[in-house]
Amino acid sequence: MQLLEFEKPVIHLKEKIEELKKLTKDSEIDLTEEIKTLEKKLAVLEDDIYGNLKPWDRVQMARHQQRPTTLDYIEHLFVDFIEFHGDRLYGDDEAIVAGIAMFHERPITVIGHQRGKNTKENIRRNFGMPHPEGYRKALRHMKQAEKFNRPIICFIDTKGAEPGKEAEERGQSSAIAQNLMEMAGLTVPVVCIVIGEGGSGGALALGVGDKIYMLENSTYSVISPEGAAALLWKDASQAQRAAESMRITSYDLQDLHVLDGVIAEPRGGAHRDVEFQAKEIEKTITQALKELTNLSVDTLLENRWEKYKNIGAYEEGTE
Amino acid sequence: MLKDIFGRRKKHSSVSNEQTKNDIPEGLMKKCPSCNKIFYEKEMAKNMEVCPKCGFHHALSAWERIHSLFDADTFEEWDAHVQTSNPLDFPDYLEKIEKDREKTKLSEAVVTGKGMMDNRPVAFSVMDSRFRMGSMGSVVGEKIARAIERAKDEDLPFVIFTASGGARMQEGVLSLMQMSKTSIAIKRFSKAGGLMISVMTHPTTGGVSASFASLGDYNFAEPEALIGFAGRRIIEQTTREKLPDDFQTAEFLLKHGHIDRVVHRHDMKKLLSKIINMHGKSEVSS
Repeated sequence: MQLLEFEKPVIHLKEKIEELKKLTKDSEIDLTEEIKTLEKKLAVLEDDIYGNLKPWDRVQMARHQQRPTTLDYIEHLFVDFIEFHGDRLYGDDEAIVAGIAMFHERPITVIGHQRGKNTKENIRRNFGMPHPEGYRKALRHMKQAEKFNRPIICFIDTKGAEPGKEAEERGQSSAIAQNLMEMAGLTVPVVCIVIGEGGSGGALALGVGDKIYMLENSTYSVISPEGAAALLWKDASQAQRAAESMRITSYDLQDLHVLDGVIAEPRGGAHRDVEFQAKEIEKTITQALKELTNLSVDTLLENRWEKYKNIGAYEEGTE
Repeated sequence: MLKDIFGRRKKHSSVSNEQTKNDIPEGLMKKCPSCNKIFYEKEMAKNMEVCPKCGFHHALSAWERIHSLFDADTFEEWDAHVQTSNPLDFPDYLEKIEKDREKTKLSEAVVTGKGMMDNRPVAFSVMDSRFRMGSMGSVVGEKIARAIERAKDEDLPFVIFTASGGARMQEGVLSLMQMSKTSIAIKRFSKAGGLMISVMTHPTTGGVSASFASLGDYNFAEPEALIGFAGRRIIEQTTREKLPDDFQTAEFLLKHGHIDRVVHRHDMKKLLSKIINMHGKSEVSS
């Protein structure tokens, strides 16, 4: 498993404890006392490291190669998932997956960014960076969900929109804009969950909903820390500093009143225990749908508008 | 040609660039960056900042734009009292805002309000690229969303002129969320039957091009305006692709089917007025 720099002391200590345990078992020397001391030390170290994650540590977690993806969660959360392809206009964008499935005996539409866990998959999925046809595929499925009165679950996990010539030629801007506007008017509940990186417009195009949640170690941001550093200080190596100033962690977004909640992750990150993580997400979706399902369409839409209307910080001043 | 004269002088004498620049009297003459011709500022202003020689569209300030579109003395400004704050405690942010306020005499990067266009009331939002590169933070999003809501409530057509480098970095994710806020406002306005016309001017990029700028019932652009989502430099660096010269220009967007028309500034008011007339509710109902 890919080890992150900040958690290496924990891993090294764990390895040492394992070694001593093995030694105790295989030889005459009794190291139980030493092991106990080290285990205490480990607990303190873990509390210290995982209890004080810095924004940059969370960025690393959000980008972790083994971090569970949309398809992982679909497998754990839903039954009978059927994926559907294509935007009916140009092609099929594999950076976004979409389909229908059952959640607690009820049909739902699920849409999410899909990145790969290795180079081959990442090339196929374009590293989870959608082209316009991806957003259009997503919108097609949202409209269908509306027709059949299915709630929509969106998983957000992208560095951002594909920065490329063809994406621009095929109308990246208008594809994203259309999604924002059309999601605003969907007559079914929409629950959005950031599971990894929420990168700028490419993330937002699946992100207008009645509830927005973030996994604890995911990020949501107007631009990547590297991009921000390059723009603000003309130095991409200042990404760490940018990750702090830009306020991109789940707790930051909660403070900024953008979120409906932070979903807890297992110690060390979602990749350490996908099942635990899926359970936490399941609880959240269940609660959200319970709150949203019985609202009239008018109330649903009015609440959605109120929610976004109130995001932002300004002073009213005097006329 | 004037250009040649300047060139020759540079070659054969010790006149510095700075001095050459000073040969164009400040506040009296203006050089067109496209054809390098020099014109009287007054002449340029009279021509709506369009180069009389080559037709290049220079940036218009928000108020110059408003004057070019609406009948004299008929406009009122809305929500000028909505003021920028510093939600992320970003270093030097408010100082930069203050500087741009002094420079532009604007409170933020957008002016919203209502005016008469050929005797018809129209709600408007006009962005100004001189203010923090026209970037969208909370105030810009809020003012535009309010203008759209008010257009809905007062049953007015809504016209927006965009000029923006995109979302404002210093307000982080709150800037990003203004894309949603304005788009939802447009959805509500549209559902109520409202007419929205978007005119993209140089430059309209990033989060602004990927939200309200692209959401008009009719989307226009000024000639040669730069319009796109991702920056040209970023695309070149990431993909190492050779990009065509006209990449992300108004004409490029027209060719690829993303805007309805490229409109010369001199024809703008007439076109908008005509379209608004053709959507006039009183005519339809009578």
